Amino acid sequence: MNELIDFVTVAVVLFAIGIYGLVVKRNAIRMIFSIEIIANAANLNLIAFSRNLHNPQGQMFALFSIAIAAAEVAVGLGIIIIAYRLYKEIDVEEFRSMKG
Amino acid sequence: MADALFISVAILTIGSAIVALETRELVYGAIALAISMMGIAGFFLLLDSPFVAMFQITVYVGAVAVLVIFTVMLVRTQALFSIKEDYRRKAAGIVLLLVFIGGIGAVVLASGLGNPAFTQFNKPPIDIATIGKQMVTYYAPVLVLLGLTLAASVIGALALARREDIEQKNERVN
Repeated sequence: MNELIDFVTVAVVLFAIGIYGLVVKRNAIRMIFSIEIIANAANLNLIAFSRNLHNPQGQMFALFSIAIAAAEVAVGLGIIIIAYRLYKEIDVEEFRSMKG
Repeated sequence: MADALFISVAILTIGSAIVALETRELVYGAIALAISMMGIAGFFLLLDSPFVAMFQITVYVGAVAVLVIFTVMLVRTQALFSIKEDYRRKAAGIVLLLVFIGGIGAVVLASGLGNPAFTQFNKPPIDIATIGKQMVTYYAPVLVLLGLTLAASVIGALALARREDIEQKNERVN
């Protein structure tokens, strides 16, 4: 049978992969992928502990977290599109100026 | 100990998360990210929370993945291929990944989470009725605030992506 520690292990591995992507990748869309992977690892932890402690707060928090992540992705991709229009590039090292 | 279903879902999730970051073409990366999110929804189903799993599929696979794929297609094809990475940076990233896994894993093990009395799911799962009741009573202000946040972010994204030059041209034509 599955145990809490298994889910926490998977969440830790996903979190580490997300940190790796944030550190290594210089493509803005890939950095958004990494942020999504980290957010999902956090949600997995919330649900696992909610199931273990029989507390609905964890599930509620995960639901709100998923909705906020969707909003964040919408704004992030809008910023990427406008940056691409300015720099013709989605490499974050090229985004040097804050001029509009 | 984990069963075979859990292990297969774990391999699918972690493998496609790695593919999402490492594949050369960004479109395949977006699809791999969607598969990884499906794997997370599978974990939610294994944890007896079907409502959150369906919400995850609707939002991530239905909305976020489609949004990412459209953005990837809007961005020029040549830019899809990421520039060659610095190998030293990549090696440092892998070392950081292992340090994170080792460090957080040691903290988790030292916290007594693997204790058999605590780690097993002894209590009954939470039913959807409880979540629904909580959402419209105790968490109702949060729900309203969440709706406002989503609306604000959508309006903000629309305002960000607006093209002023095209609009001015249309005004001149009219």
